[in-house]
Amino acid sequence: MHFRELALSRPEDLLFGTAPRPLRTRQGLHLGGGLVYPELNFTRPPLEVTATTMPEVARHYRQIISGALLRAAELEAPGVVIEFETVPPMTSEPDFGFTIVEILLAGMADAHDRHGLKSVLRMTPNDNREFARPPVMRSGEHWERMLELFDRSAAAGAELLSIESVGGKELHDDALMLCDLGQVIFSQCVLGVRDMEFLWRSLAGIAQRHGVVCAGDTACGFGNTAMVLAEQKMIPRVFAAVVRAVSAVRTLVAYEHGAVGPGKDCGYENPYLKAITGCPMAMEGKTAACAHLSPLGNIAAAYADTWSNESVQNIRLLGGMAPTCYLEQLIYDCRLMNRALAEGRDAALTLRRWLVDSDAGLDPQAWVLTPENVIAIARAIVTAPDHYQAGVAAAREAVRALRTGLAAGRLKILPRETGFLDTMESQLDNLPASVDEFIVQQMTVADTSRYLPAEYGL
Amino acid sequence: MTTLELLSQSVGAGKAKDAKALAQRALDEGLPPGDIVDRSLVPAMAAVGERFKNNEIFVPEMLVAARAMKEAMALLEPRLIAAGITPKYTALIGTVQGDLHDIGKNLVAIMWKGANFKVVDLGTNVPPAKFVAAIQEHRPQLVGLSALLTTTMPAIAETVKAIRASGATGVKVMVGGAPVTQQYADEIGADGYAADAGSAVDRALVLVGAAA
Repeated sequence: MHFRELALSRPEDLLFGTAPRPLRTRQGLHLGGGLVYPELNFTRPPLEVTATTMPEVARHYRQIISGALLRAAELEAPGVVIEFETVPPMTSEPDFGFTIVEILLAGMADAHDRHGLKSVLRMTPNDNREFARPPVMRSGEHWERMLELFDRSAAAGAELLSIESVGGKELHDDALMLCDLGQVIFSQCVLGVRDMEFLWRSLAGIAQRHGVVCAGDTACGFGNTAMVLAEQKMIPRVFAAVVRAVSAVRTLVAYEHGAVGPGKDCGYENPYLKAITGCPMAMEGKTAACAHLSPLGNIAAAYADTWSNESVQNIRLLGGMAPTCYLEQLIYDCRLMNRALAEGRDAALTLRRWLVDSDAGLDPQAWVLTPENVIAIARAIVTAPDHYQAGVAAAREAVRALRTGLAAGRLKILPRETGFLDTMESQLDNLPASVDEFIVQQMTVADTSRYLPAEYGL
Repeated sequence: MTTLELLSQSVGAGKAKDAKALAQRALDEGLPPGDIVDRSLVPAMAAVGERFKNNEIFVPEMLVAARAMKEAMALLEPRLIAAGITPKYTALIGTVQGDLHDIGKNLVAIMWKGANFKVVDLGTNVPPAKFVAAIQEHRPQLVGLSALLTTTMPAIAETVKAIRASGATGVKVMVGGAPVTQQYADEIGADGYAADAGSAVDRALVLVGAAA
């Protein structure tokens, strides 16, 4: 464990737009330095990506970047973060992905030249390693092509490197379906952590070579899968809330290996990471409903240094093309937060309180993201001796927070879910004390047809 | 309570050890293994599916019930095979090409097994040609195709087209996944659509002619 104390140790210091370790980009965006910036992500409408369709795909991205940035300039946005998250064929054929990178960078340069609009490109290649079943994590075609795309994009000017890495996910899906907290912790805090250590060392090398920065990772395939399953009433919301707290341990590894933020938008565990690392964080909430539903629409904004829409297809809405419409929404949300910041700390904290309190009591997954609970869970993580025990400590603290909220009548938990609090506590009580014992225990029960221990150094 | 009723109850409660012991007791009482499956295990899982559909239980509770049934089946299967009794219906299932999201697909497979289908799981990211080849090999009555993303949904249509073009007869195609709708199923010429794992069983039984 690299971080042994919190960068932000008081709930009242956790606030949108401000981070103890802000990041300045080449064009002068100061992320976490006192303003919240919009971060736009987008994709083409349903359309296969092949050599034949690439001209059409490229046309969509040209239209997206020119239309959205023109609107950003008209609305006098102080700057925009553009995220390009590839779809699998754009990673497996790096030429496809790189073609889009060039289109976006050209569009961003054009908006800067014409309108003085500052922007920065976040590059997020899809992690295709899970296309092999069981996944091959450290070598092979998927790994090499992904690194190639990172490398070429960084060389071309993509300044922020990110990924939604998938190490450990091959066991985590089953763990979610069974509500098996031990296997959740094994997947994330043993397999996931080991994969992240390997992956982010490589990404740090690329970033250093090209003078760009490692931004951050996300436990999207873990925490957000749990969130969506809970939304579909397949697993309890209390379980998804605890999974979220555990996921912070896994995502933290990127920062232990040099990432400086802004953390990836779909990482709803980012508030914990902001408290631990002090780095700026991207968040998404109500304006990401175009991509997925969530119970965290307002509370997520309380911690945002960039405010994102997750992803939207380039389809026509009444107001215009969807990415342009969504960027407008993001810009207005940011204006409001920035107005509050401009009026001073009390005003900003008032807005933060409204953002938090409007969601927190209605869902356990929001409750574990209140500033007080963020600090408590983050502190549990940094005081643990290793990642395994940090995962256990985060889970225990999340369960404690849920029980406290329920007992105080401040948090609503469905009656059929309350029994799962006991179940989770009992699962935690039965876990071994040491990580070595834990690995042995889990490796005897984990489905060996689904993962390759050697790919995790086991 | 009869042994079969107790067995049903233990499966519903997810008590695997009890289920195995009660299946053994039913055999010791001279009950035919086919009857144990049809009169106890399958109705038990049907009730579990119904409770899930009604939001009375979560997936993990459904899965422990499926595990309990599996324990009982492990005891019964050798006797069923010896007696020449095999599941009446075979189903293939997989996520379509480009899609790796298999949580929903896995749940449907579990529920179909619970309804005593023989299920051949082709896994994830399955190209149309592999579905066609598997249909020729296994001669299923039902094929299930799933996709989670709007971006991979077109591969469902491609797969349905390939199955139809292959001339396969006697096989119904059911589709599902988050972005899929009944309207989409109709548009691409699928035979059925299910919104969740619970209703996927009901729809499957109708499609193979086992229910109205």
